[in-house]
Amino acid sequence: MSLKDLLSPFYVWQRAFEKPYTSIRPIQERPGAAAYRGFHINISEQCIGCGTCHAICQNDAIDMVRVETFEGRNGDSGLRPRFDYGRCCWCALCVDMCPAGSLRMSNEYTWITSDPTEYHFTAGVEHTTWQENPLGYRRADGYHLYPPKRIEMDMLAADKSVQSFDEVVTGYSEEQAKLEADRCIECGICVATCPAHMDVPDYIRSIRDGNYEQGLQLMYRTNPFPATCGRICTRRCESVCPVGIQGEPIAIRWLKRFIVDQVAPQDYARILADPIGDSGRRIAVIGAGPGGLSAAYYLRKQGHAVTVFEAQETAGGMLRYGVPSYRLPDADLDKDINYIVSLGVDIRYNTRIGKDIGFDTLLQDFDAVFLSTGLSVPSSMRIHGEDHPRVLSGLQVLADVASGRDPGVGRKVAIIGGGNVAMDAARVARRFGADVTILYRRRIADMPADAEEIHEAQEEGCHIVTRSIPVEIIAADNPQQVSIKWGEAEMVQDPKGGRPRPVLQEDRMHVETYDSIVSAIGQGSDLDFLTKEVQEQLAIEWGKFTPGEYQHTQLQKVFVGGDVANRVADAISAIEDGHHAARGIERFLNPDAYTTTDEKGELT
Amino acid sequence: MAPTTGHSAALDFAQPEPVDLSSGKYVKLWQGPQHPGITGNMSLELTLDGDTIIECKTHVGYLHRGFEKLMEQRSFIQNFTVVCRIAVPEPAFNEYLYAAALEAISGVESPVRAQWLRTLNLEMMRLASFLMWIGGQGGAFGQYTVANWTLTYRDYVLDLFEEMTGARIYHMYMVPGGVRAGLPPGFEKRILELMDNTDKLLDQIERVMYNNVVFKARAKGLGIISPEMVDPYGVVGPNARGSGFTRDLRKDEPYLVYDQLDFKVITGSAGDAYERAYLRLQETRQSVNLIRQCIAGAPADGPFQADMPNMLHWKVPAGETYVKAECTRGEYGYYMVTDGSEIVRRVHVRGPSYTHAIAVMERIAIGTNIADIAGLMVSLHTYPPEIER
Repeated sequence: MSLKDLLSPFYVWQRAFEKPYTSIRPIQERPGAAAYRGFHINISEQCIGCGTCHAICQNDAIDMVRVETFEGRNGDSGLRPRFDYGRCCWCALCVDMCPAGSLRMSNEYTWITSDPTEYHFTAGVEHTTWQENPLGYRRADGYHLYPPKRIEMDMLAADKSVQSFDEVVTGYSEEQAKLEADRCIECGICVATCPAHMDVPDYIRSIRDGNYEQGLQLMYRTNPFPATCGRICTRRCESVCPVGIQGEPIAIRWLKRFIVDQVAPQDYARILADPIGDSGRRIAVIGAGPGGLSAAYYLRKQGHAVTVFEAQETAGGMLRYGVPSYRLPDADLDKDINYIVSLGVDIRYNTRIGKDIGFDTLLQDFDAVFLSTGLSVPSSMRIHGEDHPRVLSGLQVLADVASGRDPGVGRKVAIIGGGNVAMDAARVARRFGADVTILYRRRIADMPADAEEIHEAQEEGCHIVTRSIPVEIIAADNPQQVSIKWGEAEMVQDPKGGRPRPVLQEDRMHVETYDSIVSAIGQGSDLDFLTKEVQEQLAIEWGKFTPGEYQHTQLQKVFVGGDVANRVADAISAIEDGHHAARGIERFLNPDAYTTTDEKGELT
Repeated sequence: MAPTTGHSAALDFAQPEPVDLSSGKYVKLWQGPQHPGITGNMSLELTLDGDTIIECKTHVGYLHRGFEKLMEQRSFIQNFTVVCRIAVPEPAFNEYLYAAALEAISGVESPVRAQWLRTLNLEMMRLASFLMWIGGQGGAFGQYTVANWTLTYRDYVLDLFEEMTGARIYHMYMVPGGVRAGLPPGFEKRILELMDNTDKLLDQIERVMYNNVVFKARAKGLGIISPEMVDPYGVVGPNARGSGFTRDLRKDEPYLVYDQLDFKVITGSAGDAYERAYLRLQETRQSVNLIRQCIAGAPADGPFQADMPNMLHWKVPAGETYVKAECTRGEYGYYMVTDGSEIVRRVHVRGPSYTHAIAVMERIAIGTNIADIAGLMVSLHTYPPEIER
């Protein structure tokens, strides 16, 4: 023991006059740090109710609850997260995971109330004092709980793709598909948006599990055209995929394609094991397009004898004659169709209703009729000189190519229109060596064609002239050529708030001569096979049906679907129409079996 | 006041003779689990002869929350929010080792910047933990003034944790693959200021607490861990270094960026409570120094998280690993087995408190004065929650 050790402790006086560190609540406020994980903020307008916060919460502190304000919005479940602060541990994984970026935390951390039920609240819907708080925890840039970027799809280079009709997209390898499938957050927003309500998260999971047979089974529950849709679907699912909000959406279409590509056609019967009975009922389907064959598939599975009447020499409808094989190879379309046919669906080719068989005969001979004849008549440009022999229709060009004929477009072609048919016709013409100009009356952003298709058309060397309105077709000196007079347009805002309209500028006209002009501005239906009387009964408006519940029409036995009966006119909607009509026909044939209201009437 | 000596003779593993409680010579006394002089929720069952301890039994189980089993039912990312609770005053080592185990099995390497930030975080943790310990050790010998100082400074460190990670205690910062964020603006300046003040504080603590006749009288010679005990008893960290062992994982098997930091392993020789306390004070200073080095060395830009799969359904490949790090109390280890599914097959958490608080304590408590048992317990620096995972 030394004297030093006795005196040294008296240094304690050095700090005798320091101010206390503790703050006196509630007199003094002590705000949390700028990035403090305090109470939750949800920007409910930005939230889409995907429920990923609920999925990752290990405490089950988040429930998804209905909020009326948001019900019925596209790509929105109408649900919002409700927090239980009796369970929350403020780990903020919900914030990190939120694909919409709507969920965050404030730096507030004290909340005093005498009513404990208040600690159970729907952030952003119920009033809280911290909702507008600019401080608090946010997911940092460069930190992710799932990969935001999509696995790039390998494609043929444009200079190579334009040389042949080989499929442009080469497909994912197994490794790529698994990586892409891994990005899915399994929220199911896509299921609600898909017209056929395909079970997307589950078949994507089957890729992660490497169980492609199960994936195929899941897809056939709602869609008997997976090989087709895996290539050319309009994929509304991807447009609402929450992962796309702060990154790139899951490549749902390519993953669907990947599953189908893993299964050989000869294994379909074993994997799908569709039981085929005999109900003794006979159903007629008019049109062997996606709608008709989808109905045929689900009806056949119910044991009905299905006869499909097809005017063309092969099945597939617009998928065969309207989609070029560089997007949808025949072999893949046949993979889908052959399986349907293998179940015993009878297709009568080259049989046109109204010409070879009367519509009345069908009504007499069959227990029900599903009508899905599509849109096969090109719309008119309604300009002078349109009937010139060098003015071709986009549909005809595509049909010629599909049938193995040279469409004879020549070396210099103008395509009129901005839809998918226009893009397809343009790219087909490029493959026949033509110099292609696309004339479209609005801007590129207004084109109804798929953005990907527009991009690929440009890559392949199609020149797009926007804001150009055709005015007149003029015969050229050379009978093998034709001239078009078109005027520049100015986009004018619609005073009623609609989309801007192109207004023709009379002083800025151009005349150009081409080997052919391909008109692709839309198509209408051909319902001449129905008598005037029947047409009136079926309430057809603008060449389209307006079916009731379960695709049923006013005629007792007749159900309709596909492009001729819906506004979107894409393959997946036609497929769902066919499936839905099959449900309707099943109910129509067996009304007693479906008397309870809670019966979903699911045909699988 | 003669210092009471602990067991320092050559090791004999023979069980002590059972005492005859009915003789009336002995008193049985429970220290804990609610005694303020115990470190956390555990208890010591003491048999006294007069005021000398002749038998010590440890009892744990008051804090069992079943973490290891719980983790077998949660996804890998959800466990990230669970592990920090295993050692309340030192959550960061659990976070780091859980992430490191997953990274080892799945073959992920965290980016350089994340490694620096992790090291910084761990050293801040060490500082906060030691500050609390100094207060505890002082308090156990009646020096509550020092306890107030150090707990205040620990809170200053927690303020910085709050800025850096968004939380004071359960930081949840070291996510598998990296960290959750970089440093907030102005953080470097604030932490360097605090380090300067902490240096001053530690000097004052040395004068007031260590150069103190009472502390010296009571701690010197108390609870000696002889060098022969170290290996058979699995003694690690400052408890082993206080007995002359140069043993520190940061040097022996460097992880993160410790091989780029300039420091020496501090050792003592006496192996008693005072030696361990003094060693920890020096290590606290060393930690302050390491924090300065981390601030100087951490890259300001660049990624702080590796490319990781979707955490919502992360299937870690089947594998097995043991990862370890030097926490304030020595080697802290995670043994992990995965089977390729979305949940972990087995996690075993090995904290140094397991041996220190049970086997070592039961041995060195014998012969100690009852008045020193709290100080002795603190001098081993144990955390019951990591005994009961």
